[in-house]
Amino acid sequence: MSALQTFLAMGGYAAYVWPAYAVFFIVLIADTVAPRLRRRRVLMELRARLARQSVRQERKSTSTSPSP
Amino acid sequence: MMSNWIPLWLHKLGSPPTFYRFAGTLQPWAMTLALLLGAVALYGGLVLAPADYQQGDAYRIIFIHVPSAWMSMFIYAVMGVAGFIALVWRIKLAEVVAMESAPIGAAFTFITLVTGSLWGKPMWGTWWTWDARLTSELVLLFLFLGVIGLYHAFEDRRQGARAAAFLAIIGIINVPIVHFSVNWWNTLHQGSTVNVFGQSKMSWDMLWPLLTMTLATKFYYAASLFRRVRTDLLALEGGKDWVRRIAEDEVDR
Repeated sequence: MSALQTFLAMGGYAAYVWPAYAVFFIVLIADTVAPRLRRRRVLMELRARLARQSVRQERKSTSTSPSP
Repeated sequence: MMSNWIPLWLHKLGSPPTFYRFAGTLQPWAMTLALLLGAVALYGGLVLAPADYQQGDAYRIIFIHVPSAWMSMFIYAVMGVAGFIALVWRIKLAEVVAMESAPIGAAFTFITLVTGSLWGKPMWGTWWTWDARLTSELVLLFLFLGVIGLYHAFEDRRQGARAAAFLAIIGIINVPIVHFSVNWWNTLHQGSTVNVFGQSKMSWDMLWPLLTMTLATKFYYAASLFRRVRTDLLALEGGKDWVRRIAEDEVDR
C-alpha cells in the first residue's frame, strides 16, 4: 500500500474521519457563501431604491417648474 | 486621562459607519489567518501527529470536534454579552453582533454534534446517547436556532433583536452546564484532555495542531462575523448617507 493509500485509509477509520472533516468544511463554506449572496441582494435593493428616489425627485422638479 | 479617551474610542467604534470600515479592513486579514492556521493545523493533525495508542486514527476527529465545541460555547457567550449590552444600552451594533453570531454559533454546534456522532460510533458503538454532555450540546443548538427564529419572527428587526437577545441571555445558563457536564454527571463522553491551568493529558504532537485549529476557528469567527455585521448594517441603515455612498461606489462589485 502506498503512503497516500495508508493516509486515506486512516487505520480503518476512513468512513468516520473523512465524513467528519467533510461536514466541517461544507458547513463553514455554506456559512461563508450565504452572507456574500445576502450582501449582493441588499446592495441591489439599495440601488433600486436610490434609482426610484432619483426618478421621483426629477418628476417632482419638472412638475413644479413654472408652465409657460 | 485613560478613562477619558477609551470610552470615546469605543463610542466611535460603535457607530455603524466607523465599524463598517473597521470590519472591512480587518475581515480579509482574519480570513487569511484562519485559512493559514487551519492548513497548518490540518497538516499537523492529519499527517504529523501519531496515531493514538487506544483509538488509532479515529481520534483525529478531535482536531475539528473539540475546537468546534469550544467555539459553540465561546460564540454563545459573545452572543449573550452582546445581547445584554443591546438590551441595557440599546446599542445598535451590539444587537447586530448578537444576532449575526447566532448562525455562526449554530454552524459550529451542528459540526460538534455531527463530528461527535461520527467519532462515537466507532469508539462507543453508538451514534448518539442521551447523556449530559451530548444533550446539553443539543440544547445549545436549539437555543441558537431559537434565537435565530425569534429574531426573524418580528416584522420590526430591532424589536426582534431585543426579544431574541432576551432569550440569548436566559440561555447562557446552559454554557457552564455543557462545560461541567462531564464532571457533574456520569457520562460516556471522555473528560477534558486539555487543561489550561495544568498538565494536559495529551502529547505535544497532538496538542499543538489542536490549539492551532482552535486559533484558526477564532479567526474564522471574527471574519464571518465582520462580513455578516457589515451586510446587516447596510440593510439597517439603508436610508443614511454613508450607506448611499457605499451603494453608489460598489456598483461594479
